[in-house]
Amino acid sequence: MSSNKKYWKSVEELDKNSSIVEALRNNEFVEEIPTDEFLGNNDALSSSSTSRRDFLKYVGFSTAAATLAACEGPVNKSIPYVLQPEQIIPGVADYYATSVFDGFDFANLLVKTREGRPIKIDNNTIAGAKFSANARIHASILSLYDSMRLKEPKIEGKNSTWSAVDSKIKSSIADAAAKGGQVVLLTNTLASPSTEKLIAEFIGKNPNAKHVVYDAVSESEALDAFETVYGERALVDYDFSKASLIVSVGADFLGGWQGGSYDSGYAKGRIPKAGKMSRHFQLEANMTLSGAAADKRLPMSIANQKQALVHIYNIVTGSSVAVSLEDKFKAEVTKAAQQLKAAGSKGVLVSGIQDKNAQLLVLAINQALVSEAFTTSGTRQIRKGSNAKVAQLVNDMKAGSVHTLIMSGVNPVYTLSDSTSFLEGLKKVKTSVAFSLKEDETALVSTVAAAVPHYLESWNDVSITKGTYGITQPTIRPLFNTKQFQDVLLSLNGSTGTFYDYIKANSSTIIAGSSWNKVLHDGIYVGAIPAATGGSADFSAAANALSKSKVAQGLELVLYTKTGMGDGQQANNPWLQEFPDPITRVSWDNYVTVSNADAKKYELSNEIVANGGLNGSYATITTADGLKLENVPVIVQPGQAVGTIGLALGYGRKAALKEEMMVGLNAYSLYKGFNNVQTVTLAKAGGEHEFACVQGQKTLMGRGDIIKETSLEIFNTKDAQFWNEQPMVSLDHKEVEATKVDLWESFDRSTGHHFNLSIDLNACTGCGACVIACHAENNVPVVGKSEVRRSRDMHWLRIDRYYSSESTFEGDNERKENIAGLSSSLSTFNEMEKAGDNPQVSFQPVMCQHCNHAPCETVCPVAATSHSRQGQNHMAYNRCVGTRYCANNCPYKVRRFNWFLYNKNSEFDYHMNDDLGRMVLNPDVNVRSRGVMEKCSMCIQMTQATILKAKREGRAIVDGEFQTACSNACSTGAMKFGDVNDSEAEITKLAADERMYHLLEHVGTKPNVIYHVKVRNT
Amino acid sequence: MKKVGNHNSISRKLFLGLALSLIFSLTSSAQEAAPAATDAAAAPAAATGGDAVKGKELFNANCAACHKLDAKATGPALRGIAGKYDASWLHKWVRNSSDLIKSGDAQAVKVFEENNKAVMSAFPQLSDGDIDNIIAYTSEPKAEAPAPAAGATEAVPGTGGSDGGVSNNIILGALSLVMLILVVMLFLVNQVLSKVAKANGIETAPKTPTTPIWKAFARNQFLVLVTAVFLLLASAYFVYGFLMQVGVDQDYAPIQPIHYSHRIHAGDNEINCKYCHSAARVSKNGGIPSLNVCMNCHKNIAEVAETTATPEYSKAFYDEQIQKLYTAVGWDKTTQTYTGKTQPVKWVRIHNLPDFVYFNHSQHVTVAGIECQTCHGPVQEYEIQKQFAPLTMGWCIDCHRKTDVKMEGNEYYTKIHDELSKKYGVDKLTAAQMGGLECGKCHY
Repeated sequence: MSSNKKYWKSVEELDKNSSIVEALRNNEFVEEIPTDEFLGNNDALSSSSTSRRDFLKYVGFSTAAATLAACEGPVNKSIPYVLQPEQIIPGVADYYATSVFDGFDFANLLVKTREGRPIKIDNNTIAGAKFSANARIHASILSLYDSMRLKEPKIEGKNSTWSAVDSKIKSSIADAAAKGGQVVLLTNTLASPSTEKLIAEFIGKNPNAKHVVYDAVSESEALDAFETVYGERALVDYDFSKASLIVSVGADFLGGWQGGSYDSGYAKGRIPKAGKMSRHFQLEANMTLSGAAADKRLPMSIANQKQALVHIYNIVTGSSVAVSLEDKFKAEVTKAAQQLKAAGSKGVLVSGIQDKNAQLLVLAINQALVSEAFTTSGTRQIRKGSNAKVAQLVNDMKAGSVHTLIMSGVNPVYTLSDSTSFLEGLKKVKTSVAFSLKEDETALVSTVAAAVPHYLESWNDVSITKGTYGITQPTIRPLFNTKQFQDVLLSLNGSTGTFYDYIKANSSTIIAGSSWNKVLHDGIYVGAIPAATGGSADFSAAANALSKSKVAQGLELVLYTKTGMGDGQQANNPWLQEFPDPITRVSWDNYVTVSNADAKKYELSNEIVANGGLNGSYATITTADGLKLENVPVIVQPGQAVGTIGLALGYGRKAALKEEMMVGLNAYSLYKGFNNVQTVTLAKAGGEHEFACVQGQKTLMGRGDIIKETSLEIFNTKDAQFWNEQPMVSLDHKEVEATKVDLWESFDRSTGHHFNLSIDLNACTGCGACVIACHAENNVPVVGKSEVRRSRDMHWLRIDRYYSSESTFEGDNERKENIAGLSSSLSTFNEMEKAGDNPQVSFQPVMCQHCNHAPCETVCPVAATSHSRQGQNHMAYNRCVGTRYCANNCPYKVRRFNWFLYNKNSEFDYHMNDDLGRMVLNPDVNVRSRGVMEKCSMCIQMTQATILKAKREGRAIVDGEFQTACSNACSTGAMKFGDVNDSEAEITKLAADERMYHLLEHVGTKPNVIYHVKVRNT
Repeated sequence: MKKVGNHNSISRKLFLGLALSLIFSLTSSAQEAAPAATDAAAAPAAATGGDAVKGKELFNANCAACHKLDAKATGPALRGIAGKYDASWLHKWVRNSSDLIKSGDAQAVKVFEENNKAVMSAFPQLSDGDIDNIIAYTSEPKAEAPAPAAGATEAVPGTGGSDGGVSNNIILGALSLVMLILVVMLFLVNQVLSKVAKANGIETAPKTPTTPIWKAFARNQFLVLVTAVFLLLASAYFVYGFLMQVGVDQDYAPIQPIHYSHRIHAGDNEINCKYCHSAARVSKNGGIPSLNVCMNCHKNIAEVAETTATPEYSKAFYDEQIQKLYTAVGWDKTTQTYTGKTQPVKWVRIHNLPDFVYFNHSQHVTVAGIECQTCHGPVQEYEIQKQFAPLTMGWCIDCHRKTDVKMEGNEYYTKIHDELSKKYGVDKLTAAQMGGLECGKCHY
């Protein structure tokens, strides 16, 4: 049965006596208006020098003055091109295909430009382009217009010229050759055939030069393991769509694990088709996106995960390595392993344990399964860094043997755990050059800070997986006096050409059977995909070694990267800072996640205070090596494995950041030896931290049936009415279906278009790409931490995260009845109270539901929000007077009020406050002003543009043409958009699907957003 | 003695008025008499016996694309060409100049090099007679522009032009003067008559004392009430009218950095609007043309024809505007090359829709096929472009209510038309019936 589970958003909600939770449920605007502050004090009022009369005079005068001033219209200038480029028509968008890899994220993109400026990132859907943009890539368009970027090259902190930089580097290299010092190129993983060739040429010319690859977030152990077995330094590109059983041991493959981007393949198997869907076991410490999506999640420490992995290895390969797995996990892990073995080639195992032996076992298990999802051809080239080589470099630097250090795409002063050693070594380096977008921590201490263009301004090529070749092409002229690292390398090599010519010449050897123009147009070329050969190593030795790995005393700190911040490159991006973490729903912050049990043990707590904001304790983390991070805010995380704590990398940056963005603490300082698991001790620190957490906000007032969920077994065997129950209401003392009762007269929408947006809860992984895409498309403002804390976030689209205990209410009742005797009752109740220890998680994207019978419309006193025939609920901003009645009457809490002017206002110093940042605004969508209500428009500017295009071309609209920003961004296919009046359209079938339901159906609002019941394969 | 004094003043005023009107009529006839002087000395002698009228036709058909009579264009100025070169050489040159250059003819090579090595098209179809006719035309003396009228400066409206007409203002002034004199005379006559009557002892009947009308009005409360209500309503009407025009910039015609005349381009020369405003076909913006679009024609049109000039704007004035374009786009008229030094033109935007309104030109121009003039007025008559329509929401809505959607031949509408025409029982559908009044169609 679907609807009798208890869903909750925060631990606080489980406390039935909490008055604050009650207040949050009942009030749309949690805070009381502080009238008492200025009206309560009679003395102050009467002694005020400004009398009421004076006040009225001022008001009258200023009104009259404002009125008179408003009569004069401003004179606007319109400046056309002198020479208009042929392909640019003002008012018409152009799209450019590009492939991008920034050292951490990668994707195949279409960049939308207007009047020569890129404004939005879309996914390239051409055949062969399989990597969709994640939230960070979607937001990277704003990083292009970052006002804190390095605008010209600097030598020793002073603005300089490129010729000076060139000669400085050249003379330094010559000096190094003369003195016999090393020249080191320290770069991120490049995955660029042309750049790699260029570097090889550079090393050929300078025998004293070497190239060190450094990934801020290391995958070195997995690379080492793969290299040992297959002789190639690469990562496996898993195809989860081919797996019917997925076992993940600590791998957050829907998050940042090995670059991520597995959502679309994974989601393909998650939508039940013909009664079948994949099953997913997740063994993990932190609560991750993958754990949230899993059918069965086992929270366990990394030490236990290692044992579990050996245990699975034993069962799958029939080995018998001794394991010391805790008993409480044994049954479940054995079950998973047996099912994995039974699935055979349809099974796959992945692991995120940073241990070479563990990674070897992953290869062994998948080999033994002959897994289809595991393939050694077309490997991922996006991580190449070697921990040992980076450590060697730091030692060399300290020894003084490095003469010239040229860095590109790395920020070791920030990302290295032992940055003091690096800084010490840097002092002994004669010339250090940092090619960087920002004057970041490393650029600040380097001799030369070389300004590089953003990827949207540069030429490059990228081979994300072996056998594919993509071109990064500029979509705008460089905004600043920047030069690419590769162009400087070319001039160091004595070449006079540009890197563009170099790529073009080099590509001809790669793109057999295609042409430069075609590859440039498509953005991607897929060639012959070579398979890695080899495939053997001493796996049993690895299993033995792993099973004997030491279990340290103390807590395990598991470092991870967040969906919003990633490795921290884009810390100055307000969209990403304001993006709430999908799991904790906290924005603008970094925090340590602690399990319920550990929170009690260390007396740490979270509480919701009177204004709806979340407060938390502080804790101090000390690693076994004595590294310390003080005053880390604490979030009590349901599902966190007991004995482990989680902390995200990528925060706590200070250089080249606006003050508002300097949030969180730098967890890289604890990332010792590139090991994401550290043994630590935790101690409570004084004070309370104020979070900007949106989880307690905009609740659906405790009305049920928000999430509908069932198991695959019930889904396959029972009637739809059983697991997708139609709500009944009483009409004339008779029970009738809620959908049949109507307060309003129906509106005929059978003609023309009628848009519906379908959201499949099974496919949604909570990745948040849609949230950022919506920001970019609809000019959604950023409001800042303190405003988010006041429930004033402006996200048109939020992804609600619900927890639910595994047991149902019915199950609970059954258990209660079965209690016999006092001792039994005590233990059973104790167990039942542990609801929050390992909850199930459901994500639910909620935006304006575009009700056919919208409650907001009836209460608007000025008819600013109104119906349309096409199913969209319109909002005319210029008509809105800001009564906020609509928000109060909206059962879904999707309306957002502009409490302040968020553009050109220095109080909100984000991108909309500077000329550069405003270049990202979509000229087709109005920028809202203060005092106006706004909400999701179902991207009416996009649907109207599609209609107009068809009208101009004189043709009917084809299914799939209608899109919204969120449905475009959704790589899992969870969001589908279309016209339900088109009987052939996919959306029409989805709307008629038996899994379909509406949010709060019994309210009778008849929404045009439809959801699909979540089915778990438990 | 008073009497005499009165008479005196009347006759003086009459005399003054007569004198004034005479002066005005004299100045106007003086302007009429201004002769259109020609300077015979400037005419070069005709070298060949061709027909200049036929020559003009041929010149316009074949040569005018690259040559002008008096100014350098792509090719050199051709007036008096017969004086510079031998006719038989010219025949050869016109038929195939490249051959002549290749043959090593010194003169031909020189001409070629003098003109930036621009190759002239060959005209083998022209006979010797044809070329002679053209030469005859180019040998005609230059017609001098009439001397500008005294005191008339360019771009100052209201002064008399060379056509000799007296401007309306002067006529009106004279008429009102005459009216004034008549009024004064009437008053004086009345005074004189009453004095005469007094002198003759004729008594006028004394007025019976009645209640003054205002008192009677004030006493009648009903009337006061009605009037007050009326006055209030009337003032409300005017206040409303005043407020409603705030922010409405109908007839806004700002001074532009370049005096661009739509009358000359769209009117006289009948250039299609969308030739220059091509973006209107596909974009939301109508699009102010970029300067390279201007140069498509103005590369060859460096000055306006004599006939283009109007009383208000002289030829020199228009030529100066073309020069402004050249400066902006960086075109050197003498060398016929682009200098690369550009100065984008800062036009003053006339049609300003607020940010919260979405308007798409292509929807109206391409899909609906509406004439540009429907919203922009008779642009082809505008010397100075102005905002024709009020651009208020009422104006938009009104049109959406009245205008039938052009659905014929557009497959997009097929299904919708069938369904909607059935629903409303009509064959034609207005934009409003299509949903063109919904808020979100224009506000997002």
